[in-house]
Amino acid sequence: MTITRRGFLKFAGLTGSALLAAGARAPAKAATAAAGAAADKEFFGMLVDTTKCIGCRSCEEACNARNRLPEPKESFSTDSVFERQRDTTPEAFTVVNRFPNEKEPDKPVFVRKECNHCNQPACATACLVKALEKTPEGPVIYNKDRCMGCRYCMLSCPFDAPKYQYNSPSPYVMKCVFCHDRIVKGEQPACSEACPEGASLFGKRRDLIEIARERIYKEPGKYYPHIYGEHEAGGTEWLFIGSAAPEKLGLRDRENVGTSSYPEKTAGFLYAVPHIFILWPTFLFGLSYLTSQKNGKENEHGEE
Amino acid sequence: MERNNTIPLHAAKSPTGADTLKGFLRFVLSELKPKGKIITPFNVISGIIIAVGLALIVIRFAFGLASVTNLSQEYPWGIWIGFDVVTGVAFAGGAYTLCFVVHILNFKKYEPILKATVLNGFLAYCFYAGALLLDLGRPWNVVNPIIGNAFGYSSVLFLVAWHFLLYTVCQFVEVFPAVAEWLYWPKVRKYAKLCTTGAVIFGITLSTLHQSGLGALFLMASNKIHPLWYSGNIPILFFVSSVFAGLSMVIAESTISHRVFRDQIDPHHHASFDDILIGLAKGALGALFAYFFLKVIDFVHGHQWTQLNTPMGYWWMVEMIGGIIIPIVLFTYAILKNNRKLVQVTAVITALGVILNRLNISVIAFKWYAANRYYPSWMEIWVTAAVICMEIWAFRWIVGRMPILREHPDFPEEEHAHPEEAEVVKWKASAM
Ligand code: SF4
Ligand code: SF4
Repeated sequence: MTITRRGFLKFAGLTGSALLAAGARAPAKAATAAAGAAADKEFFGMLVDTTKCIGCRSCEEACNARNRLPEPKESFSTDSVFERQRDTTPEAFTVVNRFPNEKEPDKPVFVRKECNHCNQPACATACLVKALEKTPEGPVIYNKDRCMGCRYCMLSCPFDAPKYQYNSPSPYVMKCVFCHDRIVKGEQPACSEACPEGASLFGKRRDLIEIARERIYKEPGKYYPHIYGEHEAGGTEWLFIGSAAPEKLGLRDRENVGTSSYPEKTAGFLYAVPHIFILWPTFLFGLSYLTSQKNGKENEHGEE
Repeated sequence: MERNNTIPLHAAKSPTGADTLKGFLRFVLSELKPKGKIITPFNVISGIIIAVGLALIVIRFAFGLASVTNLSQEYPWGIWIGFDVVTGVAFAGGAYTLCFVVHILNFKKYEPILKATVLNGFLAYCFYAGALLLDLGRPWNVVNPIIGNAFGYSSVLFLVAWHFLLYTVCQFVEVFPAVAEWLYWPKVRKYAKLCTTGAVIFGITLSTLHQSGLGALFLMASNKIHPLWYSGNIPILFFVSSVFAGLSMVIAESTISHRVFRDQIDPHHHASFDDILIGLAKGALGALFAYFFLKVIDFVHGHQWTQLNTPMGYWWMVEMIGGIIIPIVLFTYAILKNNRKLVQVTAVITALGVILNRLNISVIAFKWYAANRYYPSWMEIWVTAAVICMEIWAFRWIVGRMPILREHPDFPEEEHAHPEEAEVVKWKASAM
């Protein structure tokens, strides 16, 4: 070897500690970010009471206008859109779907669909440039200029909320941002403001849960006793109640999304990173030292 | 060490003339010219693939991803990620595995194939990173996570991206001595050599982390991947499978190199080649065993018996039997019988098994419930083929010019394994 042992140690130590510092910072930050989001902060939320929704699609229309989205092919007053299940698209951040009502077959159920604004969003954790960010108010917003279009947010979101402009040479991720700019101004989102039935109720998440509990408690015959979003994916800002089990309302069934927070799924791996940065180089260096010494001894013996 | 002094560090004139800027440019330009026959079947076919591939890339950037790919809102990642990156990087795992064996464990027996393997790894990373840029919607923003326009520390992808970058640098440092030999820069070569050990140790560390990090990417898709493939152990499974994926790639690649670049390889290496292959097979076998047990533990823990009797269950068994159990049996047999041919065949089967596994996780078992499944478009496959062809061209160009498979006559390896020493090493290896 042309390098002295001590010189190498110094080099290894220096590089190692530099990398270590970089590596160790990452998960620590991640942990505090996650913990901050989980703390009892007063997030805003939306309570969607599907028993009140009449399928007028005013929310869709308001969302479209508010976000300056392109006009849809079918106007907001056509009922034919209910003939199929729709998903959100880059041009529609919220959609209303129709489901059969088992209790009263002539009164179908309507359920909105959009980003659920998770308490601990998978998308924001996944994004390596913080293009998606959880705001202190609760909405998960999107910073266009940072995004590099890797679509890891789409892969990570348990609700498949982020949508992508595949047809554009300069595409963006598109999803509901909970009218964050309106919320910080003290206004409510465009959709809930437009709702004529109060089916989308905007407020502090904690209050909304109280309201939902009360409704379920007072009218046990009318409501299925589950607040979808209270615990799903670690809890979401958007809460849904209705007359039937969540899976009958197109909300993914509980088991599938799970109740644990998504960022936690990768936390263990990220925590391991600094350990590996300490253990591996030390171990490797020791091992290489051992094996080379052994060879050296054998050589000496051979020469003797 | 004394030998180093025999190299004229301050040679008045290097044979290539690359010690002045003008000479350097002239030399590089002259080396850019192709050597040998230009019109060969391989060149024509791969040339067409690359030309059409480049045209497709232009279309992709002009009209967006949808003009070339079958990606959808349901499938944000197609084969450009699932095959080029997730699978390709696994195959590049041979580089760090061999570095570990040669530099850390000091098994000098594998030294003859080390440089080519590291070069392959390096090129793989360069080209896969390139392929990754094609898949990004806004590739010009790819510098954001590097220049710190908001660091997403909490993202596994952030970690993977950084490790990719750093590891590519490490690999470059590891191959650089050969570049310096080619340019006849003895001084630069000497300093580059000094960095090798550091680069190797950090390279191995970084590899461990990003090979498993690639798997950890999928941890957040827990509700989208079929339960037979999803497991909290994905990071470890990815790491272990990168060892045998890499080793089988090394076996396959060095087999081809031995045919194509026969004239470059010295007789000593030719003689030890069988021995090297068998040794690599042993390594791959060990990793396959570890992987098999991890898979079984996952399976039993997840209580997934009921899943087996479903179409996805049968498909899972194809992967398990064809990609793991059969290679285990064949490698064992080949090692016992010292059968080099069988080692090579098994390496190919193992590699196919790894491809299957990575594609399963990223594409096939991903959203297995979706109504509209993703199938790669012919254009996606074509571009992938073009990227592979370009990599082969780059590899061929470098091997044809730089001392990768051979040794530079003026720069002999300082620590060359003597035949007796090789015997000791062999004995040690078989005792492991
Ligand atoms: S629903 Fe998806 S996009 Fe919306 S905040 Fe949660 S993870 Fe992010
Ligand atoms: S596509 Fe954009 S927003 Fe989504 S993870 Fe990638 S960089 Fe972040």
